[in-house]
Amino acid sequence: MNPTLLKLREIVTDATLSPAQKARYLSLEAENMLPYPDLDSETAQAFHDGVLCDLVEGHAPYKPRYLLPDYEVVLRQGSAYLELDPPQSLDEAINCLMIAYHHVPSVTGMPVFIGHLDQLLLPFCDGVSDDGLYRRIKLFWRYLDRVLPDAFMHANIGPTDNRVARAIMRVDAELKQIAPNLTLLYDPEVTTDEVLRIATDNIVECSKPHVANHPLHAATFDARGYAIVSCYNALPLSGGAGTLVRLNLKEVAVRSKSVEDFLDTVLPHYMDLQFRMIDARMGFLFEQSNFFASFLVDEGWIDTDRFTAMFGIYGMAEAVNHLQDLQGRSGRYGLDAAANALGYRISEAMAARVEATPVKHAWRDRAMLHSQAGISIDTDVTPGVRIPYGTEPDPVSHVKALLPHHAFYPSGISEILTIDETIRSNPQALFTLCKGALASGFREFTANVAGNDLVRVTGYMIRLSDVEKFNNCEGSRTNTTGLGAEAAAVTGILERKPRVVGHELSPGYGQ
Amino acid sequence: MNSPRATVSKVLTFSCVDGPGNRLVVFLQGCNFACKTCHNPHTMGLCNDCGDCIPACHAGSLSMQAGRVVFYPSQCDQCDACLRACPIHANPMVQSMGVGDVLGILRDNLAFLDGITLSGGEATTQLKFVVALFGAIKADPALCHLTSMIDSNGYLAPSGWAKVLPVTDGVLLDIKAFDRRTHLSLTGVGNARVLEAARFLHAAGKLQELRFLVVPGHTDTATEAEALCAFVQRLGGVRIRLNAFQHHGVIGAARDWPAASRDSIEAIAARLREHGVAEVVTPAVYV
Ligand code: SF4
Ligand code: SF4
Repeated sequence: MNPTLLKLREIVTDATLSPAQKARYLSLEAENMLPYPDLDSETAQAFHDGVLCDLVEGHAPYKPRYLLPDYEVVLRQGSAYLELDPPQSLDEAINCLMIAYHHVPSVTGMPVFIGHLDQLLLPFCDGVSDDGLYRRIKLFWRYLDRVLPDAFMHANIGPTDNRVARAIMRVDAELKQIAPNLTLLYDPEVTTDEVLRIATDNIVECSKPHVANHPLHAATFDARGYAIVSCYNALPLSGGAGTLVRLNLKEVAVRSKSVEDFLDTVLPHYMDLQFRMIDARMGFLFEQSNFFASFLVDEGWIDTDRFTAMFGIYGMAEAVNHLQDLQGRSGRYGLDAAANALGYRISEAMAARVEATPVKHAWRDRAMLHSQAGISIDTDVTPGVRIPYGTEPDPVSHVKALLPHHAFYPSGISEILTIDETIRSNPQALFTLCKGALASGFREFTANVAGNDLVRVTGYMIRLSDVEKFNNCEGSRTNTTGLGAEAAAVTGILERKPRVVGHELSPGYGQ
Repeated sequence: MNSPRATVSKVLTFSCVDGPGNRLVVFLQGCNFACKTCHNPHTMGLCNDCGDCIPACHAGSLSMQAGRVVFYPSQCDQCDACLRACPIHANPMVQSMGVGDVLGILRDNLAFLDGITLSGGEATTQLKFVVALFGAIKADPALCHLTSMIDSNGYLAPSGWAKVLPVTDGVLLDIKAFDRRTHLSLTGVGNARVLEAARFLHAAGKLQELRFLVVPGHTDTATEAEALCAFVQRLGGVRIRLNAFQHHGVIGAARDWPAASRDSIEAIAARLREHGVAEVVTPAVYV
């Protein structure tokens, strides 16, 4: 057998994968036998050398990376294609959503967004008792985790304080499941302190939810709205992201002779190559894949014009430290004011270039800058603009060191603060930290509390006990455990003071 | 006006174990106890400029100028060799801060804070500064929502407390032992003033928390637990934090003492709860 067939056979006979997981890996192998979308030689070289990375999205993008359907459409009008009447009761509405999710693809094959659940379900809650609501949400949550076991699947709640949001947080803390991931949209004018406090108490309990700065995000998008999906990407609702290509700033820095050379020449050059790669991938998706000839478009769940391209970056810490070395400066990223200021300059320069560069097919004809959270195959490169594992200062200094970056990353900048276990006897401290971070201009607040079984690996959730099981070769029911186990082994993220943070995508079998 | 200054060994902008919510903690240098179990022993002494620590510094951060030891932070890599070299548990890296300096730090971190706690060392050994700082916080409309607290060993006399309490929201008080001799052997000082301070502060409504360090073989005995329960009962309700003796930072003979186990702490906690103490906080982590 040739090596390709051997690999396929290895997949189908793997003792730790379920048939569905095998089918997925087989499909990835098949897709990657096709030629890559056309890249010029310079771009191809940068891709080959690891300066550019496509997060193993596959050679033939036949679906957008992230899809954010407007589920309100299907709840209001039903679906002709799916032969669904508009739901009349809470049970029918939840059932309708459960069916809808199966028709929403993403890079992982499972939906990364399952709706602004409180806003979607509230109209169906009249006459439903609190207990009835709680029991239904609990069954719904169990269904989501068992049938769509992917930690990138993301629900949004807020910014209003309402029964459904409260029931969801109650159930989430109780079940401590990996899926779905959860974001509370927080608006100081609308969200009550009580609800924010429930959220931060839940973080102490299970490291969820993530809290998003609603006014900042709302101003970035338009009246049709946005959602937080996957590992903390902010994207247009009724659309999403066609692709995410990321730039390894560390590799850009080592190719530069000085700070000026980096900012004036080398960074712009590689950013331009990144735009070419984005164009190639968006071109295939929009012009050749026939994805948009779909009932999703016909029935108005999504709109072809509302897909952005995510312009990801990572390795800011290593880039800054390398540039500091070039200048003979010892200050390190995250800890030294001058090093941090250099980081802000780099972010600002990238934001300006992204703002000035047209991207075909993209929402508003522009890509969106994104501080990318990393992937299990990364070694020696820190996700996004984060401070390297194990060198983070205390949580307040941490927030203040990263704060100025937040203005430059409209499609998301995920930082995960690790909080030590002593917070359990004083959860008020986490509430104040969260509120303070958001009031100071943090786009998003995410924290892991040490000692929780449920922790974040670069953005998605895993259970440490599952990682242990997986490493003992028992296999795992959830798709992200393999990733988490790999990320933990490769990048040492479990060493993160005091625990993990993490990352995004399923890179394929045995990589 | 001659406004008081403080000798500060450390400032933390995040602490969730020094009072309610997140607190700015300022550690003031110098202590009037000499606890064998201290996990910050280098905060005990006040520098006498003997110069013994200068040769210990590999980074050249310390020098003698006009008879005083001077510290240049830029090269310091926090190796702490100077602390180990000091014969009197002092610290050549302390900073001198005025009230305005601390107010500045508070303003810079305001969005993240519920309050400030002065710790040590023993904060009340610099009482003038404490009174001036807390008074300034209370007088500032932008800061007066912060709670001002003191972490203390309780040695301050009631007349001293009377000066600071009007501007203090709460005191976190350590009782090292109820048996007078045990207290004397652990701290070098008797406990009469500590117990008096606890009663005085409680009567004034300012006893935020009583802390009791469980040291195996010394304060984990049935008599100590009994005395703690009885004391708290007579006081009439206060939040108790049980701390487990651990080796981190400890120097001298106590390093060979066993660390307190979860079981021994939980046993004392259970006893306190049986005696009707509603709030008993036990350590989140044992190391
Ligand atoms: S900690 Fe003390 S000995 Fe070490 S470098 Fe700093 S000043 Fe020098
Ligand atoms: S810190 Fe200690 S060793 Fe150094 S000069 Fe002061 S008293 Fe002497």
